[in-house]
Amino acid sequence: MERLRRYGFVIGFLAVPVTLYAVFVISPYVQAFQLSLTDWNGYRSKLTYVGLDNFAKLVHDEVFWRALRNHGVLLLVLPVATIVIALFLSYLLNLGGGTRGDGMRGVWGSRFYRVVFFFPQVLAVAVVGVLFKAVYRPDESGVVNGLLARFGAEPVGWLTEPGLALWSVIAVMVWQAVGFYVVLFSAGMAAIPKDYFEAAALDGAGRARLFFSITLPLLRDTVQVGWVYLGIAAFDGFALIQVLAGDKGEPDGATTVLPIQIWKTAFTYNKYGYASAMGVALFFLTVTFAVLTLRTTRRERIEL
Amino acid sequence: MTHPGEITRRQLLRRIGITAFAAGPGAALLSACATSGAGSEPSAAPSTSVAASSDPANPFGVDPKKPLEVVIFGGGYGDAYAKDVHEPLYTKAFPGVTIKHTATQQIGTQLRPRFVSGDVPDVVNNSGPEAMDLAALAAEGHLADLSALFDAPSADDPSRKVRDTVTPAVLDNAKINGKDLVLNYTVSHRALWYNAKLFESKGWSLPKTWAEFTALGETAKKEGILLFAYPGQKGPYYQLWNVLYTAAKIGGNQVLIDIDNLVDGAWNADAMKKSVTAWVEIQAKYGDKAYFGLDHTQTQVKQLQNKLLFYPVGSWIENEMAKDKPLDFEYAIAPIPDVTSSDAMPYGAVQVGVGENFVVAAKGRNPQGGLEYLRLMLSKEGAKGFTQKTQNLTVVNGAAEGLDLPPGLMSAARAQDAAGQNIITDARFEGWYKELFDHGTEQINVVMAGRVTPEEFCARMQKKADEIKKDSSVAKQTRSQ
Repeated sequence: MERLRRYGFVIGFLAVPVTLYAVFVISPYVQAFQLSLTDWNGYRSKLTYVGLDNFAKLVHDEVFWRALRNHGVLLLVLPVATIVIALFLSYLLNLGGGTRGDGMRGVWGSRFYRVVFFFPQVLAVAVVGVLFKAVYRPDESGVVNGLLARFGAEPVGWLTEPGLALWSVIAVMVWQAVGFYVVLFSAGMAAIPKDYFEAAALDGAGRARLFFSITLPLLRDTVQVGWVYLGIAAFDGFALIQVLAGDKGEPDGATTVLPIQIWKTAFTYNKYGYASAMGVALFFLTVTFAVLTLRTTRRERIEL
Repeated sequence: MTHPGEITRRQLLRRIGITAFAAGPGAALLSACATSGAGSEPSAAPSTSVAASSDPANPFGVDPKKPLEVVIFGGGYGDAYAKDVHEPLYTKAFPGVTIKHTATQQIGTQLRPRFVSGDVPDVVNNSGPEAMDLAALAAEGHLADLSALFDAPSADDPSRKVRDTVTPAVLDNAKINGKDLVLNYTVSHRALWYNAKLFESKGWSLPKTWAEFTALGETAKKEGILLFAYPGQKGPYYQLWNVLYTAAKIGGNQVLIDIDNLVDGAWNADAMKKSVTAWVEIQAKYGDKAYFGLDHTQTQVKQLQNKLLFYPVGSWIENEMAKDKPLDFEYAIAPIPDVTSSDAMPYGAVQVGVGENFVVAAKGRNPQGGLEYLRLMLSKEGAKGFTQKTQNLTVVNGAAEGLDLPPGLMSAARAQDAAGQNIITDARFEGWYKELFDHGTEQINVVMAGRVTPEEFCARMQKKADEIKKDSSVAKQTRSQ
């Protein structure tokens, strides 16, 4: 009876979420794995299995490697740039004002800035894309090029020069992400007891020293979470790149990413089997990244 | 030590494991969602061979009470032509019948699952960026044979067959693997489009040779006008078409037929190289690289502002820009100038193509009704109504007679008359091998920007064509003319 009550309680709570999760998350994954072994074209009513052919093809697919290269760049730049900027800004907003009265303060007007920094996060990705299309427009009607034109410079093809396009996209991603991480890190900094700073300040530590010796170590867990989020975001970029640069990796494959490639292979070229194989590859890439990050950065927690 | 009733971490994990196990078989059931599981091999032959009845008013023996479902691509043409013209024609023929009308821009997303599950609409306007792969649908036997439609008596004159009332390209383009399965409904004229009023006011005449073309480029440059531009974003395929049609003008339609048939080395043909080289030179000397980052609307607005002379597009441009067009702008078509002194087609050749696919589902509830709907679309009244609603011509001969056509459409019709037999064919790999076409729209920007040579462009296209040819998962098609 006791057992029944205990299990009944747990199952009662889990039944609905687990079913939903199974239907909308697990089953599509399972199906993607299944389809990746077929040459299904989206219309055939019978699946024909082709073994690992799709994966063999993937290894020789230039576009796939180009996408991986771009994800590699994103993975290196996006988290580092976003976290550094967000840490800097949230430090200024929360502690940068130095000690005044009781405890640490942010720079003047920090409440206002905190709201402003969060704005990009509120905008839908499509809106951000359209916005930056106008910013990057390659003639003098563009926001950036309009400014350049005043100084007599030639307009720059921010999104049409192969060497610039990915960096322009990354800049937008960072711009959009920073606000969220400022808020995240601010919450983390608020949780650090004020006496630590006071004690260090009394010992004569400057702002830089306070940041590197107290704030950063105590914020480690939060930064780690941010790192994983941003890493996963680096494997995406679907909507933004779609709007900003188009779906063909223009120019010259500089903005090719896997999600767009998967979408096109499945829904435009009707190669569902091959697209699913790409999806499976992306799944393993993302999982590997998350596991690696969590493993390599694991260490003893500091009890506050 | 645990309190009774408290669940330890270990227990919790075990129970989650149990739940996951219980969910296992459910997931297996679910995994059959997209593919309807163990289906039977499809029969490639369409299951409908609609017998022609003797009644010319109802040649397919339509059940007048059976409802009909029509799905229209709600893109540039809108769906008013179907709702306000074609569907009323059908309900007039069969009073009291219900028509389910859907307009969508996501043809593929909405209809693909329905085709897989067997719940299909009767008439589909397969168009837009998500258009379905018709060859794949045909292979599954989903498309009704339209030969009954083409052999049926025309709605206007029972003594004539439908096939004799439409432009011959319709019959050519209807075929997938030898069977008549697709109806192309619109006619469009593609070449270079310009502002006739600007030319009039400046006293310029249309360039007939490449030398005259570049000379005009110099003149225009002095006035701060670009000779030529195409949109590098969203619409680079306009330039891919332009390059292909120019190649056909230089080397004849066989150049495009070979490319469509994936003939070895088709992209490396001399005419193709000459065409690409000529246009790359125009871009380098008279173009502006900013346009690589502008989309079609931005570019078209620039033309309306007289910032560029020639724009490679089709006759739909006039209706597309009707709202923004200033009064002193009048669209007109300009044939591609002679590239060499020995072009296979003389000056004046323009591309005239049919487009906008309509198919009837073979395994739907009312295939007879679907065929009848297409027959009514191909009546003069149906076609005229389409032209009135969309300012575009249809494949029905003489249907636009007596209509007050806008000047751009008139100029296209005159250009077609002047071209006579020198009509540049359409490149069908756009619909057949989307991957090759997409590769082309990407690579055309690369070559036009001067980052690769025209030879390299041709080699890259050839490489992709060879890959498609070898790819067994891509259904192949061929054409003879």
